[in-house]
Amino acid sequence: MQFQTFSSPHTRRPNSVDKVMLQVILALLPGVLAMTWYFGPGVLVNIVIATLSAVAFEALVLKLRKRPVMPTLYDLSAVVTAILFAIAVPPLLPWWLTVIGMAFAIIMVKQLYGGMGYNPFNPAMAAYVLLLISWPIPMTSWLPPVVLSANPLDFMQIVSAIFTGSPPTGLEWDAITMATPLDEMRTNLDQGHMISEIFQSPLWGDFGGQGWEWVGNWFLMGGLWLIYKRTITWHIPLAFFAGLTGLAMITFLFDPESYPFALFHVFSGGAILGAFFIATDPVTACTTRKGQLIYGVAIGMLVYIIRTWGGYPDAVAFAVLLLNMAAPTIDYYTRPQVFGHGDNHG
Amino acid sequence: MYVESSKGKIRRLWDFHGGLHLPDNKRQSLQTDLTSATMPARLILPLRQHIGESAIPLVKPGDRVLKGEKIADNTAPVCAPIHAPTSGIIKGIEAHPIPHPSGLNGPAIVLEVDGKDEWADLPAPINDFQNVDKSLLLQRVRESGIVGLGGATFPAAIKLNPGKAIKTLIINGAECEPFITCDDRLMQGAPDRILNGARILQHILGAEECLIGIEDNKPDAISTLRSHLTDDDSIEVVRIPTLYPSGGEKQLIRILTGQEVPSEGLPAQLGVICHNVATAAAIADAVLEGRPLISRLVTLTGEGIANPCNMEVPLGITAADLIEQTGGYTGKSSQLIMGGPMMGFNLSTDQVPITKGSNCLLAPSEEEVPTTGSALACIRCGRCAEVCPVNLLPQQMYWFSRAKELEKVQDYNLFDCIECGCCSHVCPSHIPLVHYFRFAKTESWAKEKELQAADHAKKRHDFRIARLERLDAERKARLRKKKENLGKKKPVKPAAKGEDAKKAAIEAAMKRAAAKKAAQQSPPKNTDNLTPAQQKQLDAVDKHRAETTADQE
Ligand code: SF4
Ligand code: SF4
Repeated sequence: MQFQTFSSPHTRRPNSVDKVMLQVILALLPGVLAMTWYFGPGVLVNIVIATLSAVAFEALVLKLRKRPVMPTLYDLSAVVTAILFAIAVPPLLPWWLTVIGMAFAIIMVKQLYGGMGYNPFNPAMAAYVLLLISWPIPMTSWLPPVVLSANPLDFMQIVSAIFTGSPPTGLEWDAITMATPLDEMRTNLDQGHMISEIFQSPLWGDFGGQGWEWVGNWFLMGGLWLIYKRTITWHIPLAFFAGLTGLAMITFLFDPESYPFALFHVFSGGAILGAFFIATDPVTACTTRKGQLIYGVAIGMLVYIIRTWGGYPDAVAFAVLLLNMAAPTIDYYTRPQVFGHGDNHG
Repeated sequence: MYVESSKGKIRRLWDFHGGLHLPDNKRQSLQTDLTSATMPARLILPLRQHIGESAIPLVKPGDRVLKGEKIADNTAPVCAPIHAPTSGIIKGIEAHPIPHPSGLNGPAIVLEVDGKDEWADLPAPINDFQNVDKSLLLQRVRESGIVGLGGATFPAAIKLNPGKAIKTLIINGAECEPFITCDDRLMQGAPDRILNGARILQHILGAEECLIGIEDNKPDAISTLRSHLTDDDSIEVVRIPTLYPSGGEKQLIRILTGQEVPSEGLPAQLGVICHNVATAAAIADAVLEGRPLISRLVTLTGEGIANPCNMEVPLGITAADLIEQTGGYTGKSSQLIMGGPMMGFNLSTDQVPITKGSNCLLAPSEEEVPTTGSALACIRCGRCAEVCPVNLLPQQMYWFSRAKELEKVQDYNLFDCIECGCCSHVCPSHIPLVHYFRFAKTESWAKEKELQAADHAKKRHDFRIARLERLDAERKARLRKKKENLGKKKPVKPAAKGEDAKKAAIEAAMKRAAAKKAAQQSPPKNTDNLTPAQQKQLDAVDKHRAETTADQE
């Protein structure tokens, strides 16, 4: 009798890339729903636009590169990129900016480097940074959390704002948009206000911005679930927070009136999303355990440094991209000791 | 971690990096009692059933041989003789499918069974092994054709002569591959053979202690062996956690002693020698009964096989005959694996014989062992590195193997990879990592061989230049002599002599220049037309390398 032959091992653990990606998407859901709750359905509209364009660009490039289209689309990595991008940008971002972002992420950052697995940079963050630098105003015009909004927009107003690029009739951009808590904090500090004064504003919740802190909480839940599911490990997130809060604590103890306390940094802006969902992107992060700790701490510290003394109120995307660049080198210098190469013998 | 070993002693256990908890699938083949295969009409005995030099036939077609008679051997240092598993007539010595991952044929002795099962005169049992010369015992182990039965097939006698003081003898009863249960069955069914074998080994090596390591998913084997231990024994049965690949020699030594066998070293350097339980039993048979290795226990399992079981089978029976005897195939499997699902290899045909290293025939259904679809790109998730028991970085090795950057792969310690398959097993992109590592290893060997061949060719070239120079010098000397002889007839002009010297100096300079030019030419690239002697030398080097890197039992 003749048989088929394969290479050993003959058993595989039944996990695959698409399952990993699906888990990431599921883990993002609570945070996404919280965002929708606090910032309106624009978040969902952005996700839809980003996902459709990311998948379309991916299919297009694969066709041009004469690669099989379907297996790659099924791996869901383009969808994850799209969602991460869509929740990082303001809920009323004009649709064409989202499309440009996805074109850049998928075509330039991902496919031109060889596609899934070969990209040295996190595509969603690269796109975010590109847009932030090129179109800073729409990229920083956030809606206030619904609870604080004087003019909550309805679904049709949001859709029309996204697709026409102009504010709903009878309103000005200034009337409906607002700085992010991090932005607010910076501006006020620059104007010489004390932290205790700044926190008087209704913008603040218990430890972060109103609304923002709850969105952060839900992303935190998702992130912890990913660790529980062993989709990611604790190394990068923990190191990230250690780097961020470590520096924050030192400066806070040094001068509590000029530097907000450490938890504020964790629960405002993109820190939680960054720690669990962006810095942990396996393709662009460090892979050795020791390397991941260094990588995480470095991102956390950079986030703090850029937020506090740099040119942008939030810095997760910059910090991640910078460390993406360093990842191969960190990996190289943190190779584990191979069995039988130590001095643990004879 | 601390466990209680057999004598109420507390032993410390160590762990190694990585490893996997695999569904063990051992129940299937343990459901029925141990049986013996009936002798088929024909046995196929490959001349190479062990690591090392092939055996050379001692019989010719037409000869009648008796059960236990030596039919092939080789005086090479690394070799084990082959014995007839039953009486019969030698039908031929010919190429035949053999169990090897390459799927190529190999030379084998074909024995037509006469059904009489008539024993040859066996060497006398050595019952008081404690009082005989150790060389006699070593000789007996060697002559009985015993090799590592855990699958590594390294001739056992060589390992028993380490030339170093041995403190610990380890008997490997871990049996960590899923599906395989033949060692478990042996430990439950023949504890005394194993313990006697352990005592003989301990005596030969002069080892202070003997540890029998068994994974804790085999409680019956552990309790059986423990209940057969006598009080004064220095043998301990140690229950180790179930974690693949704890049965790898280096991993087991680490678990039991905390020591790591150096990358390019041998366990003996640490004062440790490791033998499989089945090897120990075979050694007991050889010493206490004079019985050579002519049969072994084999696990037949998987949903593709009608009646999973363990069987004592004569070496040389084909997989087809064996499976037929147990009730044939169920049609639920499209593949046949020799060995376990992690490190075994696919057979392309069931016409291959059972050899000394065949511990399992596995015909799994698609649910038991799914065949995977095409590989996706590596997402650098690092899971492969997390599970690697050698603490390698499979993903980087894969990257460089793919790019054929062989030096870089070796930089990442390619040759420490034991091909356990843990990395491929967990890869979410289904990349056949081990496959790439085997490829890189073969490529590296081929490249080194090429380099050595080039080196050889260069030496040959230099030698030729030297020879030409010598011939040339001789010719010139003759010429000079002739001239001198001629000169003797005439009166020699002093100036002429000076001229001669000058001419010789010029010639010598020209010759040097020519030689230099020749040497600067790149060494010839053609390594194909080597002399048979050179080729043999290269093959020997190759083989040696294969041996030193092969995963021991
Ligand atoms: S497990 Fe597979 S996908 Fe993950 S890093 Fe290793 S090779 Fe790449
Ligand atoms: S096959 Fe090699 S690289 Fe892969 S886990 Fe085993 S030892 Fe490590």
